[in-house]
Amino acid sequence: MLDIIARRLESVLPRASDCVYCAARVVEERSERIAVRQDVVQPVAVDHDMGAMITIMHGGGYGYAATSDLSEAGLRAAVDRARGWAAKTAPRAIDYGSIVMPHPRGAYRTPVSKRWDGVSLGDKIGLLSGYSRRLKGHADIVDWEASLWHIEQTTLLATNGGGRVMQEIAFVAPRMSVTANRGVETQTRSLGMFDHSQQGGLEVLDRARLSHWCEVLPVEVMQLLTAPNCPTGPRDLVLMPDQMMLQIHESIGHPLELDRILGDERNYAGTSFVTLDMFGAYQYGSSLLNVAFDPSRSEQQASYAFDDDGVPAEKTYVIRGGVLERPLGSVFSQARAKLEGTANARATSWNRPPIDRMANLNVEPGDSSFDAIVGGVEKGIVMTTNCSWSIDDSRNKFQFGCEKAQLIENGKLGAVVKNANYRGVSATFWRSLSAVGDASTMEVLGTPFCGKGEPNQVVHVGHASPVCRFDRVDVFGGE
Amino acid sequence: MMRACFDAAIDHLRTRLAPGEVFTAWFQGENSDFVRMNQGKVRQPGSVSQRTLSVDLIRDQRHASGTVGVSGDATVDRQRMDALMETLRAALPHVPDDPFLLYNQSSETTELAGKDALPDAAEVTARVLDRARGLDFVGIYAAGRVYRGFGSSFGQRSWFERASFHLDFSLHLRADKAVKCGYAGETWSDDDFTMRLQTALVDLEVIGRPPKTVEPGTYRVYLAPAAVAEILNVLSWNGFGLKSHRTKQTVFLKMLTGDARLDERVSLVENTKESTGPAFGSAGFLKPPQVELIKDGKYVGCLCSPRSAKEYGVPTNGARDDEMPQALDFAPGDVPAEEATARLDTGIFVNHLHYLNYSDRPAGRITGMTRFATLWVENGRVVAPLNVMRFDETIYRMLGENLLGLTRERDFILDNDTYYQRSTGCAWVPGALVRDMRFTL
Repeated sequence: MLDIIARRLESVLPRASDCVYCAARVVEERSERIAVRQDVVQPVAVDHDMGAMITIMHGGGYGYAATSDLSEAGLRAAVDRARGWAAKTAPRAIDYGSIVMPHPRGAYRTPVSKRWDGVSLGDKIGLLSGYSRRLKGHADIVDWEASLWHIEQTTLLATNGGGRVMQEIAFVAPRMSVTANRGVETQTRSLGMFDHSQQGGLEVLDRARLSHWCEVLPVEVMQLLTAPNCPTGPRDLVLMPDQMMLQIHESIGHPLELDRILGDERNYAGTSFVTLDMFGAYQYGSSLLNVAFDPSRSEQQASYAFDDDGVPAEKTYVIRGGVLERPLGSVFSQARAKLEGTANARATSWNRPPIDRMANLNVEPGDSSFDAIVGGVEKGIVMTTNCSWSIDDSRNKFQFGCEKAQLIENGKLGAVVKNANYRGVSATFWRSLSAVGDASTMEVLGTPFCGKGEPNQVVHVGHASPVCRFDRVDVFGGE
Repeated sequence: MMRACFDAAIDHLRTRLAPGEVFTAWFQGENSDFVRMNQGKVRQPGSVSQRTLSVDLIRDQRHASGTVGVSGDATVDRQRMDALMETLRAALPHVPDDPFLLYNQSSETTELAGKDALPDAAEVTARVLDRARGLDFVGIYAAGRVYRGFGSSFGQRSWFERASFHLDFSLHLRADKAVKCGYAGETWSDDDFTMRLQTALVDLEVIGRPPKTVEPGTYRVYLAPAAVAEILNVLSWNGFGLKSHRTKQTVFLKMLTGDARLDERVSLVENTKESTGPAFGSAGFLKPPQVELIKDGKYVGCLCSPRSAKEYGVPTNGARDDEMPQALDFAPGDVPAEEATARLDTGIFVNHLHYLNYSDRPAGRITGMTRFATLWVENGRVVAPLNVMRFDETIYRMLGENLLGLTRERDFILDNDTYYQRSTGCAWVPGALVRDMRFTL
């Protein structure tokens, strides 16, 4: 089907002599969701969506038109509409005349070793039913669920300068949760919001160790149900990768997005405490902090060869030795800010224009084992699996909560505590980073639900991280 | 065009059924214009035309569902629907009977098609930016027609379409110091927009004063309607649904199983009768005009999807699968809104809240940030903008023992959510005077 549409585009896209830049981004997405809740198979959902986004830059203006009508007439109408937007808004538009867009050629495909459709629907239901039965490990468990979500997204980017990129990306997103209750106390343990989703096929399930979690989650939720509240006061804080993921996302990823710094998001997602003059000099974190934009790690959620503007993607450090080096900014934002950035123009699908997004943003491993990280703490706490996130619109004052925590006293892991939260300020928090775990503590995680933009869009982002320790952080519990 | 697509799809699906099969179908579409603006200039203008059809194919108690994009090309769409039906039919032998399957089997027909009086989006935004010349104006104009339809093999056809717009904008002075404003409706008026812009400019003068920073502690606050709406939004995550109540995950757990309650002036209703969205859901059930959720501070009812209805043995009230309210109506109080600053006396006037989440859900404790023109008030007079502060407080204190009053006037808030598609939700929200609200950072 995409081949047919590609041929239509050859006749529909205006020639370079008639239009400075025109691109068609055609997206076809197929997905399947299977869930078993309380041992009952939930409605199986199979989705298929397809459409095209036409983008035009001409006469100093910019316009887009997205359509699900992929006939030649439908595509031609979208080109005309996008051209109309560019013409009508050019007098009041930001300066698009100075932005030079690429015309790339290439392809990318997610490596898959175990095909999703290599296992029947019935067998997948059977697998989840088995997990579901094991999650109900105690009479106080009142809700439990295991689910799988599979997505195949194929994107064709064609430009009027001869550019043509085909990218085929496949994800598998497993999730489990278990909730226990006694009276006015309810606790949940889970695999987060699809934190373990990765690119690939059914081999993702092996990497996620679902059978292991089936045993662990019910035990831990029952521990939490009778656990004391997290104590209040400063403690050294050890964050496991499934909380580091959120910490990276909210207090490094979003503040470094160049469109936020340039003000595009100020009415919705917010601005940033980071300003253009900080790049190259600002001490964002301790010297142990090394953060890379890395679209090359094939199993990670946001790996690709080209972003949605067609810019080739490669691993790039944004923070090295704690010093802020470059923003997460696409070709549009780079031109506006006159800074080098990254290939991170991304759209949720064919019906939204690309904006600056995070993609994969990873903390590089250090040289401390988990035992050494904990052993060096006199009074501390380990937190795992995010369950609450809140940060101010400049991405500075944050408060995050975790499903489970365990106290550290004199270098030893101690009591489990519930309702664990901590708060801090991004601008100073990362400078308190005092230990970074080695490769053995590293996990490759992410979320399919990063929201941003006007109109709103969600994208997949990946965050790989080792275990990390921060000195003297304010922690506290529930009521 | 959209209605024709929907009717053609339902007609076609009815011809594709095998003996013993029935189906329900849910259509969603929109033709929308979006103009994004920054620094008083157009950043990204464009249009989106999209439509999808979700089909639930049912044989006895087995079923499978799927969604396809509808192109508008009849031949292509018939092929896509045929492929979907084959996929769903192939899935049926693999799925067991669903004990909680419930769908409407009526053949009732309803139709609601609002007028279309929206001007050209490019012309509107040109006039907006001309009036905002010289200002750091940021935001989005979203406008167009939204469509929802339900059809089934039993003959039911329900149709909803409505044209609307929202201009969601803010005026910025420096860093995070800004004034937020919204204008939404079905008929655009330059005069109405200009009035809102003028009001925002007056507020901007206050924002220009040297900001005040307060220490963590408890403060008397006035939560303007937009701030209260943010609290209602977070309460709507599993707060009002029957499933969350029966699985003890609701934020109102202490009201259900303990003796906690809100102030008797707090009453919340799902008010479909006055809403801006469809009165039917994706399983075809019509929603009752109103569902009482909290009355006089006490829990009285839930939103109940068809699936929860079957699971827990109670009647459905046509709620969505996620059982989130779509037309939440918070009863007004008796405080004149014009007296809010005077009655606040000394404290924090919170125009907007940002990024709320739970810090202890079973206890009803919420955290979040102040944002956009949060002001320090002394002796009933606005003194200075406040640097952002984090609150961390329970609903039982904010809307319970520490609630001093609700405003007589309410804001009618059209949901400006555009994730995946433009929302049809709305809410009626008063402002709230609260004592001893806890700020932590």
